[in-house]
Amino acid sequence: MADKDDKNPLDSSRRTMIRTGLVAGGMFGFGFAMVPIYNVFCKVTGLNGKTDPNPYKYDAEKAQVDTSRTIKVQFVATKNTAMSWDFKPTVTEIKVHPGQVGELDFIARNPTDARMIGQAIPSVTPFQATNFLHKVECFCFTTQTLEAGEEKVMPLRIIVDQALPRHITKLTLSYTLFDVTSMGERTLAS
Amino acid sequence: MTAVTDTSHHEDHHHGPAKGLMRWVLTTNHKDIGSMYLWFSFAMFLTGGAMAMVIRAELFQPGLQIIEPAFFNQMTTMHGLIMVFGAVMPAFVGLANWMIPMMIGAPDMALPRMNNWSFWILPFAALMLISTLFMEGGGPNFGWTFYAPLSTDFSPPSTTFFIFAIHMLGISSIMGAINIIATILNLRAPGMTMMKMPLFVWTWLITAYLLIAVMPVLAGAVTMMLMDIHFGTSFFNAGGGGDPVLFQHIFWFFGHPEVYIMILPSFGIVSAILPTFARKPLFGYTSMVYAVASIAFLSFIVWAHHMFTVGIPLVGELFFMYATMLIAVPTGVKVFNWVSTMFRGSMTFETPMLFSIAFVVLFTIGGFSGLMLSIAPADFQYHDTYFVVAHFHYVLVPGAIFAIFAAAYYWLPKWTGHMYDETLGKTHFWLSFIGMNLTFFPMHFIGLAGMPRRIPDYALQFADFNMIASIGGFMFGATQFLFLFIVIKCIRGGEKVGDNPWETDGLEWSVPSPAPYHTFTTPPDVK
Repeated sequence: MADKDDKNPLDSSRRTMIRTGLVAGGMFGFGFAMVPIYNVFCKVTGLNGKTDPNPYKYDAEKAQVDTSRTIKVQFVATKNTAMSWDFKPTVTEIKVHPGQVGELDFIARNPTDARMIGQAIPSVTPFQATNFLHKVECFCFTTQTLEAGEEKVMPLRIIVDQALPRHITKLTLSYTLFDVTSMGERTLAS
Repeated sequence: MTAVTDTSHHEDHHHGPAKGLMRWVLTTNHKDIGSMYLWFSFAMFLTGGAMAMVIRAELFQPGLQIIEPAFFNQMTTMHGLIMVFGAVMPAFVGLANWMIPMMIGAPDMALPRMNNWSFWILPFAALMLISTLFMEGGGPNFGWTFYAPLSTDFSPPSTTFFIFAIHMLGISSIMGAINIIATILNLRAPGMTMMKMPLFVWTWLITAYLLIAVMPVLAGAVTMMLMDIHFGTSFFNAGGGGDPVLFQHIFWFFGHPEVYIMILPSFGIVSAILPTFARKPLFGYTSMVYAVASIAFLSFIVWAHHMFTVGIPLVGELFFMYATMLIAVPTGVKVFNWVSTMFRGSMTFETPMLFSIAFVVLFTIGGFSGLMLSIAPADFQYHDTYFVVAHFHYVLVPGAIFAIFAAAYYWLPKWTGHMYDETLGKTHFWLSFIGMNLTFFPMHFIGLAGMPRRIPDYALQFADFNMIASIGGFMFGATQFLFLFIVIKCIRGGEKVGDNPWETDGLEWSVPSPAPYHTFTTPPDVK
């Protein structure tokens, strides 16, 4: 009303209400849009240590082994609070040259008397190295189902990228195992 | 320019309020609704305060004396939620309802029926929130920030009620904010240009924009929690491909602007009171407006300073550190302007002025501890300690609460037509001032010494300072009944006041005291 002389203040109030209401609705949507934005941002930058959920396409001809340096890769297995499985790597540390395939096994055992489904979530530290640690084969690409009392040996094959920044000499690949029995079997890879 | 047509008028053209209970249920009058907001807020202030007393009683001595740790967690959580969403925010909305139409020469709020609705949602939301304490498994116990997965995988069953209470409180705030924006943009009296508006109106306009921008994000966050808990989604569950850190990003994208929502209207109140009792115009009006706008803008790009320790990379730490420090610039502009307003003024120290000066001094202390916290490398030491508790209580108690007290004393003569009891008012101020500092100042020391927040028991070396804090807390808490007494006494009687008891400027002082039920049905002429 202050600047629009002929307008009824009720009309302009209604217009303001609709506009600000739309802003509020838009911001509700923006809250949800933060989920994909966050995921894309983290995927591009590797900031949260989440590795690629897809198997690395290993090309033997391109993969020049960089023998000039050796990278220590350490493995950590953690269970989420509610998880009752035994879960550990066969070795806690391997040494590989960039470009060389490193292999080891993780062992999972379901000590309960019920069929359970587990999902291992990987994370790499330091974060700057996240996009340089490739998993050719990993039990984390899909859920793992274990019958009551079953034990399973799960192979893991990794390659450290030749482009890994030179100041990084040690990586830690950590797995946290979650009980996802209620969510069913699925694959995280796209 | 036409006079405002009051389309909400009753057919019988009576000008006084209706009688009985239904007056309050059905009212669309901004003064009635403002009063209800203020009374509701005070009831919540006492409720949240009682919880703080339980916390301080348990922390009076080391060891577990009075309550179980599980109940202690519910107390810290509910104290935070009730004070933020039940006490501080509704108090400011109540003041906005009462004062904004009278300050800009409007007959009422722009959307009076929605106004009624936004108020009446509140008691039900608060009741639902408080009722969770009596449910199986207890109330929310995950802190007022309700980080996932603590609030999803490990939360009590009552969390669903907590989520719906937050939804309702959010809807109420958003509607209140829309109403305030519509009122300020559309119902200003002729001649009341934007840059002539009192700063309280300006700060509330900006606060209202913050509210419509971030309350929906909070609603989104609790909706995601609801879906994670009941519908098998994995927004915050790493096992299903989600990420718990995402919760913190969404929460603090809401949470940081939220802390400014709780302080900007205080800036407006203090900017009204200091010039009155210094008998000088406000120093640097225009810079005040721009400072508030800058603070509001910056509030959107600093949220991760609450998350320095979650493992964000160096670049992120530096960005959020410097952006946070930048906020000190517009805040400094405001503090210097307030000081310059008082400088060489003919100051008198009535109760509203005492609270306002205490606001400037103590809020600045809280701002400085905020600057200390903004230093990312140092924050690793301060994070989740009592230093943080000391910091945010220094900005919220003498910041938000003292400003609300100041506003209440300042405008009580206008609301009731009576002068409050000055001696009792000053007593209330000094007891609150001493109690508040006694409670929260020692928390800086025990925090720096390493006492974590949200624990019911602590190491022996923190015992003395905790006992001092508890004594101060009981003192501050008990003092608030004096405030209740002063307000009731002022409503029931006291020295009659004229239109303009403080001899100051502003449209609200041009109407009689007590303010008639309808004011400015014909717009005033603003020079």
